[in-house]
Amino acid sequence: MLFQPHAAAAPAATDATRRDALKLGGMGLVLGLIWTAGPRAVQAQGTAEAPPAPNAFVRIAPDDTVTVIAKHLEMGQGIYTGLATILAEELDADWAQVRVESAPADARLYNNLAFGPMQGTGGSSSVANSYTQLRRAGAAARAMLVAAAAELWSVPAAEITVERGTVAHARSGRSTRFGALAERAARQSVPAAVALKDPSRFRLIGTRLPRVDAVAKTTGRAQFAIDVTLPGMLVAVVQRPPKFGARMRSFDPAAARAVPGVVDAVAVPSGVAVLAQGMYAALRGREALAVQWDESAAETRDSAAMIAAYSALADRPGLPARREGDAERGLAAAARRLEAKFVFPYLAHAPMEPLTCVVRLTADACEIWAGDQFQTVDQANAARAAGLRPEQVTIHTTFAGGSFGRRANTQSDYVVEAVSIAKAIGGRAPVKLIWTREDDIKGGLYRPLYVHALAGGLDAARNLVAWRHRIVGQSILGGTPFEAMMVRNGIDGTSVEGASNLPYAIPNLAVDLHTTTSPVPVLWWRSVGSTHTAFATEVFLDELAHASERDPVALRRALLAHHPRHLAALNLAVEKAGWGTPLPRGRGRGIAVHESFGSYVAQIAEVTVGGDGTLKVDRVVCAVDCGVAINPDVIAAQIEGGIGFGLGAALAEAITLKGGEVEQSNFHDYTPLRIDAMPRVEVHIVPSTAAPTGVGEPGVPPIAPAVANAVFAATGRRVRTLPIGANDLRTG
Amino acid sequence: MAIDFTLNGRPVSLDVDPDMPLLWAIREAAGLTGTKFGCGMAQCGACTVHVAGEPTRSCATPIGQVAGQAVTTIEGIDSPVAQAVQQAWQRLDVAQCGYCQSGQIMSAVALLTQNRRPSDADIDAAMQGNLCRCATYVRIRAAIHAAAQTIGG
Ligand code: FES
Ligand code: FES
Repeated sequence: MLFQPHAAAAPAATDATRRDALKLGGMGLVLGLIWTAGPRAVQAQGTAEAPPAPNAFVRIAPDDTVTVIAKHLEMGQGIYTGLATILAEELDADWAQVRVESAPADARLYNNLAFGPMQGTGGSSSVANSYTQLRRAGAAARAMLVAAAAELWSVPAAEITVERGTVAHARSGRSTRFGALAERAARQSVPAAVALKDPSRFRLIGTRLPRVDAVAKTTGRAQFAIDVTLPGMLVAVVQRPPKFGARMRSFDPAAARAVPGVVDAVAVPSGVAVLAQGMYAALRGREALAVQWDESAAETRDSAAMIAAYSALADRPGLPARREGDAERGLAAAARRLEAKFVFPYLAHAPMEPLTCVVRLTADACEIWAGDQFQTVDQANAARAAGLRPEQVTIHTTFAGGSFGRRANTQSDYVVEAVSIAKAIGGRAPVKLIWTREDDIKGGLYRPLYVHALAGGLDAARNLVAWRHRIVGQSILGGTPFEAMMVRNGIDGTSVEGASNLPYAIPNLAVDLHTTTSPVPVLWWRSVGSTHTAFATEVFLDELAHASERDPVALRRALLAHHPRHLAALNLAVEKAGWGTPLPRGRGRGIAVHESFGSYVAQIAEVTVGGDGTLKVDRVVCAVDCGVAINPDVIAAQIEGGIGFGLGAALAEAITLKGGEVEQSNFHDYTPLRIDAMPRVEVHIVPSTAAPTGVGEPGVPPIAPAVANAVFAATGRRVRTLPIGANDLRTG
Repeated sequence: MAIDFTLNGRPVSLDVDPDMPLLWAIREAAGLTGTKFGCGMAQCGACTVHVAGEPTRSCATPIGQVAGQAVTTIEGIDSPVAQAVQQAWQRLDVAQCGYCQSGQIMSAVALLTQNRRPSDADIDAAMQGNLCRCATYVRIRAAIHAAAQTIGG
């Protein structure tokens, strides 16, 4: 989402400098290490500075449990399992003894090496930035267990072996579990250097380990923020303005306060909060509230007017995001020229757990429970809202019921709102802020609305010689703390990613950007720029293939000759899907290939389109190269889910504005995919020894263009406006 | 006025407004948080419980309507079908964020209790009111088939 950790070779061995172990009496080994630098995969790119910082990632207790401390949010992507696998691998732990617990907010200890200095989860970066870090931590802890056993048994450390949570010395026939050595291990000095395993010796990485959260999440025991209950806690809901950019002018709390169970109604920066003994009373209180809004700075346009304005902009050159050769001259000289415009609506993340945050505020401390994705950012913003220092704010990161980017925002919207409510009532009770689904759908921070204009030129021999791509839409990073770092020469990288790095060999190529503004707040949405750039580029390439009478796969192969990882993913998907085998009338196959966040994904969709225009996606075959596969089953799950998530948006999701107001409100009119529309999915992993990259997002971008290309193959109709449901596909 | 009903096999008496959705009574008054809030208007299935064995959206059921009835939540299921479903869910690692899964499991248990050998079409029809934003649907189908095998349907 923020940064693309391109693969560098994984170091087989590495070293750490001097550090000390944090010791907790009776707790056994708690490993804290000071590393001199971040993982080499990151360093090699020179994009992230990882200052020396102590990191605490594992606790081995006398009861033989190994607790891996996760600096990343578990929001469904399986990261608790992934992080634990990496550390347990080098520790040679028994998977059955491994537990996971969330880390407290700490930018020094738990910096995201991909985009810090900050603790946060996103950009499919969690495995990539943790891989070497956790391997080192696991190897160091293992060495300390070995040293403890050597001391206990008076035998040379070199003769000691570790396997599945057991430390053994074969010659003397002694062996013991980790737990029995925990306290002695904690007294050992942390090794100055650790050797990491050769990947051929991996025992856990690459296997299908069960998820660590599977039981909690099938018994109702998993704790989300919405499940947190504190003594005396009040439930709060907020009435926010009906139009983006409006402000509260005045309100009358009397009617709300008269509702049984309502305790108070107070002004907060985002609107008016109603506090009650429970959710039912809070909602009834909010209904009774009378609020006057100042709409002088509000967005008042319709989506259609915005699209028309964007489309006019797309007819003119914008700021250059990429230039190769001379696209204008190439287009002018082309024997044949194609042009197309693409339209993308605003999209809501709509995580299943509506945004929720629990706050306990006192004069000198603030405690927060949330499915918190940007812990140290939220900590700083919460401190500002509370009038405290960041170190006075404690964040308890619970499971998150999905996020898809929504919980990661630099203004910490829902966290700050909850703190503001607690402050408005003087901290007299803990507060649980719950957003209803309507609040969520109407609440903004959407994937921006975009219009793209593409032009392509073919020479007399039908070679693709020119490509011009103009993108129009709001900036996600503008006005955020990331702007200085990631907006260069007026180009927000998240607006053009996936287009400005188009891999195809085209001699004359231009990518331009027009950045628009609106009071509608926008945010990254699972796979960010690639949510729209992959569609425009892969559908337009398909159009050019058709115009040049070339098979879409053959054309991609020809243009990807210098991109072996794209090519390998493409070829694997083509082979598994039976590309080119005949399909009955009304059915079609479409392909898309796209790299995002350093992972390479090809998808082939098979669809059936009825004469009445009904579209059914029957089957999706996916090939993914994400470097070393930490857990093939978690990878498959993320790709399956990414396909379903992307397909829902492709088929039927849209946030539209009427007079500036959002027309949708709940799942009856903002419609994610349901089970009856879910295709069969086959996931194939390209074998790789490259450093691992993420899979949370990269499964999303190719599905919409693959389906649109399949629709064309089935019907001859081009889909250039999303969602596909907005198009008439009738052929009968 | 207190409303009496059976919750997970135990009699309970909750002194709440009879118009209060069963969902909030279960979560806030009875303190059982496995049943989730996702939409509040019978559109997502996250709040699914069993009322007299029937899958029911608790967000759209006033608690007054369940007076005298048996309500079962995710915390209270223990039939052989329920165990087969939960184990299949675990074996196939269905859950991602997990937030929808209490509701998915309650719907799946109700389906398999009534139809021990559902087809894909039966599954789609019975489960189509349960949204999963993580789109775990491929595994939900597979896990229901696996549970059907276990119970010998
Ligand atoms: S919360 Fe009841 S169906 Fe969504
Ligand atoms: S597992 Fe996340 S919503 Fe279903």
